[in-house]
Amino acid sequence: MKIANSKVSAVRLVEDALKKAHDFEDYNIFTFLNDEVVLKKAREIDEKIARGEKVGKLAGVPYALKDNFLSPDGETTASAHILQGFTSPVTATAVTKLEEEGAIMIGRTNLDAFAHGSSTENSYFGPTLNSHDRERVAGGSSGGSAVAVALGIVEFATGTDTGGSIRQPASFNGVYGLKPTYGCISRYGVVAMASSTDCIGFFTKSTEDMDLLMSIASGKDSKDLTTLDDYYNNNETKKVKKIGVIKEFDNESVDKNIRDALKKKCELLKSRGYEIVELDMPALKYALAAYYIIVPAEIASNLSRYDGVRYGFRSENSKGLNELYANTRDEGFMPENKRRIMIGNFVLSSGFYDAYFLKAAKVRTLIVKEYEEAFSKCDFILTPVSPNPAFKLGEKVDDPVAMYLEDLMSVSLNLAGVPGLAIPAGKTASGLPIGLQIVGPRRSDKNLIEFANVLKEEA
Amino acid sequence: MKYIPTIGIECHVQLSTKTKLFSEVDNDARGKEPNSCVSPVDYALPGMLPRLNGAAIRYAILAGRAMNCEINAFSRFDRKHYFYPDSPKGYQITQFYQPIIGAGYVELPSGTKIRINHAHLEGDAGKLTHFDSYSLVDLNRVDTPLIEIVSEPDIHSAHDAHDYCKELWRLMCYAGVTYGDLYNGNMRFDVNVSIAPEGSSELGTRAEVKNLNSFRSVERAVEYEISRQSKILDDGGRVIQETLGWNDASGKTTGQRSKEEAKDYRYMPEPDLPPINLSAEFVAEESAKLPMMPKDYREKFGGVIKDDILEILLDYPALMVKLGEVDNKYTVLISNLFASVLLAEEKSAEYLNDLPIAKQLADLAEMNEKKELSSTATKEVFLKMFDPQMKGKDAKVIAKELGVMQENDLGALETIVDTVLAKPETKKAQDDFRNGEEKVIGFLVGQVMKESHGKANPSAVQEILRKKLS
Repeated sequence: MKIANSKVSAVRLVEDALKKAHDFEDYNIFTFLNDEVVLKKAREIDEKIARGEKVGKLAGVPYALKDNFLSPDGETTASAHILQGFTSPVTATAVTKLEEEGAIMIGRTNLDAFAHGSSTENSYFGPTLNSHDRERVAGGSSGGSAVAVALGIVEFATGTDTGGSIRQPASFNGVYGLKPTYGCISRYGVVAMASSTDCIGFFTKSTEDMDLLMSIASGKDSKDLTTLDDYYNNNETKKVKKIGVIKEFDNESVDKNIRDALKKKCELLKSRGYEIVELDMPALKYALAAYYIIVPAEIASNLSRYDGVRYGFRSENSKGLNELYANTRDEGFMPENKRRIMIGNFVLSSGFYDAYFLKAAKVRTLIVKEYEEAFSKCDFILTPVSPNPAFKLGEKVDDPVAMYLEDLMSVSLNLAGVPGLAIPAGKTASGLPIGLQIVGPRRSDKNLIEFANVLKEEA
Repeated sequence: MKYIPTIGIECHVQLSTKTKLFSEVDNDARGKEPNSCVSPVDYALPGMLPRLNGAAIRYAILAGRAMNCEINAFSRFDRKHYFYPDSPKGYQITQFYQPIIGAGYVELPSGTKIRINHAHLEGDAGKLTHFDSYSLVDLNRVDTPLIEIVSEPDIHSAHDAHDYCKELWRLMCYAGVTYGDLYNGNMRFDVNVSIAPEGSSELGTRAEVKNLNSFRSVERAVEYEISRQSKILDDGGRVIQETLGWNDASGKTTGQRSKEEAKDYRYMPEPDLPPINLSAEFVAEESAKLPMMPKDYREKFGGVIKDDILEILLDYPALMVKLGEVDNKYTVLISNLFASVLLAEEKSAEYLNDLPIAKQLADLAEMNEKKELSSTATKEVFLKMFDPQMKGKDAKVIAKELGVMQENDLGALETIVDTVLAKPETKKAQDDFRNGEEKVIGFLVGQVMKESHGKANPSAVQEILRKKLS
């Protein structure tokens, strides 16, 4: 990525980015553009460079922030009506780390409200358009971030991945998207979707950029007790020999273009001396069902705090407390938010907990074990990210189950806590980007990124 | 018909840790502005995550050990959901499935043992103040660490319910885990009461009286419930399972909500907090820090201090610590002094905020032993020691300042005796004594005491008088 130095000024970098952001306004990428603050920040960096002072590893690099990260710059809305008017007094740990290295946030990007969705169509601000086909969805939930990187507006963008929300839009727009190991990057200051599966990650155009960002953003944070120790930068290079492919994912329901792309990569790997191993992972067929129990349960719980009492949107003219709650939440949440709250509260209800939540938790344990077993047979796994490339806007909005099925191949990683890197893998016959994901064992993030270089055609 | 009451008690204890259970904000909101002890975590801003206060874990271990409870090596937190403005997150973080404190028991002064089912750690809720058309929310108390102690239904009288609560309060105070200020809600009791006909093997339907904050109200509420439920059963009615409030002024329980409309809390494992794993070494190390408990003091002072006096003194943990520091031979004297202050003086509790230091007490006892102070003077000096201006001052200095030191200098005493004997008004008494009227010696001693302004040691005076009049 371009970093400010004595030849390229930070002001120039952010001005370019802002200009592009305005040029692409009709893609509905941003919920907020940081026009006022960015130039001031860029000038400070340029002055430092002029004085010969040390600047950060991301000096003057413009980036886009998914609008579910807290920072005092602009309102943090998570693209939800219920958070409108909320300006955060605190800053997310990930944002602090990036900005300490000189990165400059030029805008906040659009998402499915509260990151609930796979197309960014659930945003209160309307959908973001796909970077390659304006009639198609950007993917989701981090649609705005993916398109901002794909269109070259910013060098990188942040995302969150609870069930595929980084990897799927990355693959729909032909960029790299990493969902790190659970606990690799602090969740402090990121609007929670499902605490036990939420991961913070990035969109980039290169593996080198991804590595740089991970080396900066990862690490233990005393404000998030689920963060792991600082392992990322201490990872030793791994000797990779065997690559697994999952039998269960190779079927007619997966788009032919995507299956062909996977086959092509496997051929490439064989030609480069790698062994392809077929894996049986029967528990994965329950992953989606388990995911859509555990995640809504955590969603229902995490969204309880949005009650109109302390911040954000409050419905007018409510009589009494219960009406205030009901009206605020009715008007403030999107239909998909409500759907998940209903499912979540149902599966947690007395009398249903054992049958749904507890059973799903058991399935989750099976999935964790199945991945462990898989990684005893191979070093990494290569799979599609989603069964289809970017679909048409509006195509699935009325069919929630069809929309959930798009997450079939991505959610099991979140349940298992293992990292997955979405890589660009060519295009369909009609020119839509295709993405594949490399999956590794927990804590193999750095090796995954290194291995992605092997999969580049020109490597 | 005669009924046997069965009572189980849940007790919430606010822990006096420096910071809150899940954030680094000041946990001591006494005398502070509303909403001034609140962090973004307590306020439940989006994206905020709970941290875990290690001190609360240590306190829980002490509290558990004080009740002879097992400390569980593995425990974890759960979310308990409900919507109310005193709960900013929309859920309370508690330990529903795997609590930190396991089974144990509390022994009442009578010797009765009440079993503890378990006790768990959780965050407190905020406080609402209601007005006609609006309510004010104060979140200072949000996520103050609490332990909720759940007893087995082992209590069968209002009196034992009272004693159990009081003993719990003592245990928590001695363990040093709470300020123990009942008036300000540092300990709150929920009492479950049911009655069943004598000889019946089944328990009756229980009613729960919530949020009692004194031992007396626990006792009265239980008494009231027993008679209310007895009357219902005598009349052939059926007790309904419900949650009640207590009105201290009217002395009655009042219905709040019946269990039929009880809330479903939708418990869920707390995904933001990893489980607590305690090693046996850590638990042993922390348990060893448990100071002397009431039962230890009963063992130490039993037979030395009268039981009824000891039970009064046991309500003052700092006092017992102090008493433990005093030399054994002075225990009776000092404990009597404390008891007389606690029984006789107004606002006795205030006296106990700032206790005399051990050396003052030892010196005082020694002066009394050497008869340098009369028993009245001893008490006077003792009381003076609570005067902030006398803080830490030598007992002798205080006695001198008060002018109550007894005159033991025989030469000086003789001079005073001579003065008295020279007075014409003592002439008759002297003669009477010489004539064998033994009891007038008292009058003469009194005259000498008067002459010495009370400082003379009366027994020494009597000795001199007898010598001179023989």
